[in-house]
Amino acid sequence: MIKYEESIPLISELRGNAVAVYTMTQGGAWANVSSRPDLDVGISNGMSKASSLGLGIALGRPDRRVIVLDGDGSLLMNLGSLVTVAGQAPKNFLHFVFDNGMYAVTGGQPVPNMNRIDYRGMALAAGYRSAYEFEDLEDLAMELPRIMAEEGPALVNLKTAPEPAEQGVDQTWESNARMPRQMRNVMAALQSEPPQR
Amino acid sequence: MEIGKLPASKVVESLRRQSVTHVIALPDSETRHMYDALVREPTIELIPIAREGESICIAAGLWIAGKRPVVMIQNAGLFESGDALRGMGIGVNQPLVMFVGYRGYTRRGDTPDTAAQFLEPYLHLWRVPYYVVEGEDDLDRVPMAFERAARENQPVAVLIGTEYSPG
Repeated sequence: MIKYEESIPLISELRGNAVAVYTMTQGGAWANVSSRPDLDVGISNGMSKASSLGLGIALGRPDRRVIVLDGDGSLLMNLGSLVTVAGQAPKNFLHFVFDNGMYAVTGGQPVPNMNRIDYRGMALAAGYRSAYEFEDLEDLAMELPRIMAEEGPALVNLKTAPEPAEQGVDQTWESNARMPRQMRNVMAALQSEPPQR
Repeated sequence: MEIGKLPASKVVESLRRQSVTHVIALPDSETRHMYDALVREPTIELIPIAREGESICIAAGLWIAGKRPVVMIQNAGLFESGDALRGMGIGVNQPLVMFVGYRGYTRRGDTPDTAAQFLEPYLHLWRVPYYVVEGEDDLDRVPMAFERAARENQPVAVLIGTEYSPG
C-alpha cells in the first residue's frame, strides 16, 4: 500500500506544466505540494466528474498534458467515462486512481466489491492505450518518469493506504467559490500560454 | 415551409454561425439525422459519451481550454445530469447552450410522457432559461440562446420539440 503523502509528491515533481484535475482525499495532499496552483482544479462540486472535466481540457488543449487524480469511489460513479476517454484517445491524458477501497471523506465505508476491482483491467478493456497498477512506492518511483512521458490515454491505479476522514466536509461560501475560481485561473493561465505553432 | 420540420443541416448551419467547436452528444430516438449531419460536418468535433452526466463536465473542460462546446442530449438524459448541471454548469457560471430533445412534446401541453411533463418545471426550478424550437422557423432562437448564455454566464437550454429531419 502506498500513502498519499508518498505518491502525490512524486507525481507533482514530474508534472511540468500539466493541468491537474483532482478530487476527494488526494486533493488535499496535492494542494500542499502543487508547484502550479494556477493550473489546478479541485472538483468540489460535480461529484465524480474529474475524468470528464479533464477530458474536456485535454481535447481543447492537445498541446498540454492533463493529469486526473481520481478516487476509486469517484471513478465508480462515472465508470462510463473510461469508454468516453478511450473513444477520444487523447494522447495528453493521464488518469491516476487512488484505490483505497473506501469512501474516505464520508468516514471510510467500503466501495461495492471492495478490494476485488481491477481498475487497470477495466481501463485496458475500455480501450485506454496503457494501464498500470502499483502497490509499492519504489516500483512507482522507478516507473513513473517513463509513464508520465508516454502517450495516453493511460491509467495508473495506485493501491493506496486508507485514510478515512475523521470529520465530514463543510460546505461553506468559501469552499463553494473555490472551484469556479480555479477554473477561471486555469482558463487565464492557458490563454496566457497558447499552443506553440 | 412545413411547421414541425427541422432539417438537421439547418441546425448544423446555426451551430457553425455560432462558431461552435464541439458537440458532446448521446443519441436518442429523435436525433438520428442530426447525429449523421454532425458526423459529416468537418468544422465541428462530435464527442460521443456513455452517459449524459459526462456532457456538461466535458463541456466545462473545453470551455476552460478556450473552446465553444454545446451539449446535445434528451430530456431524460438531462434529468440524469442533474448534479453535473448543478455543480459544473450553474455552479461555475458556465455559459453553455444545451440542445435538449423534448421527448413526449405534443404542442398541446397534454402528454402521457413524464419526461415531457417534468421538463419545463424542472428548468424553471433550476432557473435555467430555455427556448423551444418546433421547426425551422424557430431557428432564430438558437442565436438568442447563445447570446443569453454569454450575457448571463449560465447554462441555457434549446428544447427541440420535433424530430430532426434529413437534409
